[in-house]
Amino acid sequence: MELTGAEIAIRCLQEEGVEYIFGYPGGAVLHIYDALFQQEKVKHILVRHEQAALHAADGYARSSDQVGVALVTSGPGLTNAVTGIATAYMDSIPMVVISGQVPSYAIGEDAFQEVDSVGITRPCVKHNFLIKDVKDIAPTIKKAFYLAKSGRPGPVLVDIPKDISNQKTEFVYPNQVSIRSYKPIGKGDSTQIKRAAQILLEAKRPMIYSGGGAILSGAATQLTELVHWLGFPCTNTLMGLGAYPATDKLFVGMPGMHGTYEACMAMQHCDVLIAVGARFDDRVIGNVEHFAQVPRKIIHIDIDPSSIAKRVKVDVPVVGDLKLVLDELLSVLRGGKQKPNAQNLAEWWKQIDAWRVKGGGLRYKNSSEIIKPQFVIEKLYEVTGGDAFVTSDVGQHQMWAAQYYKFNKPRRWINSGGLGTMGFGLPAAMGVQLINPDATVACVTGEGSIQMNIQELSTCKQFHLPIKVVSLNNRYLGMVRQWQEFFHGNRYAESYMDALPDFVKLAEAYGHVGIRIDNPADVEPALKEAFSRKNDLVFMDFQTDPTENVFPMVPGGKGLSEVILDPNPPHPHVEDL
Amino acid sequence: MRHIISLLMENEAGALSRVAGLFSARGYNIESLTVAPTEDPTLSRMTIVTSGSDAVIEQINKQLNKLIDVAAVLDLSEGEHLERELMLVKVSFSGATQDKLKRLAEIFQGRVIDETESTCTIELTDTCAKLDSFLQAIESGAILETVRTGALGIGRGNRILKL
Repeated sequence: MELTGAEIAIRCLQEEGVEYIFGYPGGAVLHIYDALFQQEKVKHILVRHEQAALHAADGYARSSDQVGVALVTSGPGLTNAVTGIATAYMDSIPMVVISGQVPSYAIGEDAFQEVDSVGITRPCVKHNFLIKDVKDIAPTIKKAFYLAKSGRPGPVLVDIPKDISNQKTEFVYPNQVSIRSYKPIGKGDSTQIKRAAQILLEAKRPMIYSGGGAILSGAATQLTELVHWLGFPCTNTLMGLGAYPATDKLFVGMPGMHGTYEACMAMQHCDVLIAVGARFDDRVIGNVEHFAQVPRKIIHIDIDPSSIAKRVKVDVPVVGDLKLVLDELLSVLRGGKQKPNAQNLAEWWKQIDAWRVKGGGLRYKNSSEIIKPQFVIEKLYEVTGGDAFVTSDVGQHQMWAAQYYKFNKPRRWINSGGLGTMGFGLPAAMGVQLINPDATVACVTGEGSIQMNIQELSTCKQFHLPIKVVSLNNRYLGMVRQWQEFFHGNRYAESYMDALPDFVKLAEAYGHVGIRIDNPADVEPALKEAFSRKNDLVFMDFQTDPTENVFPMVPGGKGLSEVILDPNPPHPHVEDL
Repeated sequence: MRHIISLLMENEAGALSRVAGLFSARGYNIESLTVAPTEDPTLSRMTIVTSGSDAVIEQINKQLNKLIDVAAVLDLSEGEHLERELMLVKVSFSGATQDKLKRLAEIFQGRVIDETESTCTIELTDTCAKLDSFLQAIESGAILETVRTGALGIGRGNRILKL
């Protein structure tokens, strides 16, 4: 039987087992929405802004192992989606975006709502397609899903002109895909893996540094086994939190700009560093030249060869799927007779423990007068039993959430690490809640970020998404204010958030529950109350200390051992160490 | 250092802009870029002349390989290879310089492909450096137009870039 292009597009989604898609209708996608309307398998979540559709699909993908799917119209629909596409691209999140396009015969004529979608998105997608023939829709969507989830994952855009979505052809969904110019790598090179094993065994001051790749590849179990077998210290980047349990004593915290003192120092002073699905990002290793001052052997495992030797020299590159590479590395280690040198390791741990003590770990000076943001996250961790899915926006609250919520499982911490997209948290939480309907989902945000996609409170009402919004309201764009305080002579240019809405009333206006919390003593009761309301979205507006800063901090352009600690007691100064 | 990178890619709309976009987005140099379909019309072969440190060239190769439409990449400069560029130069001449110009073209193994009373167009195929020398040898005021294809490259002997 012949189907229209629109019907074919929806049938393809059904074939891929897509349960939810996120989108917003418009002229160029009307045929596709019509086809969507006439079936029940693929459910559509109507967002209030296309950016949110992308973030929701993104949260859906990050909190599961599924491909997120978004559907937007041409022109402004697509341009609104670009921030969400770029967010997913930077963090390698598998997504398929279907966009409508003006009719093929009108392309290039500056038609109403026309934009060169393939051109605009080209630098921020893994790949994109403009469909020119209705017969290409099914094979292209098949390819899009394959590209999105294989190799280093990423977003793939399929742009479908309106006339083509209305033409008819026979529907055949291909069983398999073969792209001659694209062959994702599976296993790593065995010789390199053996070399890596030997270097690890001979290390005196080893360090395991794992990133988002460990989560994307589903290699958390292998990573954990590797760390346990070796007994080495392990650090997880912002994108990698949860791949190794944060409550374990071999975990030294997050590295980098707002990492722990011990993680930064251990990264800097180790003699063997094994990078597992991490990319030596500027926010992680700080100044490259400073990092290179200390001689160390670097083993780098990554599925993307272009991530290797991009910023630092690598001694043993291993290209492959982390899960398979770590499996092989573990079997090489277990099969050999040698164990890591216990005496060297003990000395190294002694040094790390000294850094732990001197750096003061993650501590802050609590107050009975004013709510400290870190205190809210600590209580959030306790009240949710450490088992919630936590999304965040971007800024100070994001760093505190990453520092103080001890993630023990992968895919529980959902944030925009690479692009740093404010407005990500709430829509991402929608996607998380949909694919994990019984889970506790918290969105840690600030009064700045939340207003970038606050309209999604309406979507949450329509689809009964009982997200718990934990807003750390300090009346400032806190991270901007912190940098202005440190590096711009306390000149707080445009970082004060004046004329804030009454968030309680705003939440209520959207049909949700709002709570304002002013006193430290009310933090825990408010969280308990909010999380006991299983069916309600509760917006918690915590009035937090506007002067609080995120510590430790490696200032931009500085080296890892130039980390600044909280000047307030109980921390000793770095110079004393 | 100067590198000549050859690649095979799907002969599809937008493939060229993916490569060009990659170079501009990541701040890599392009000295020249030339592209045309191969004997297999579904594949295009592109030759890019670029320059950069070893680390940058390594990244360029990796980033090119990462493009979905790119099927194979070969850095010709890493081994023995041949390089050719085609140039057309239109020059103006008076009676006195005409002979000198033709002699020069002969020395460089060029051919005159068009001639009028006051102009003459010379076709020349050689390495980029040779073409530069030819241009230097002509009195610069005489050059009316220059058009060059950019370098093409091919490996010597058994160095073959093919799917």
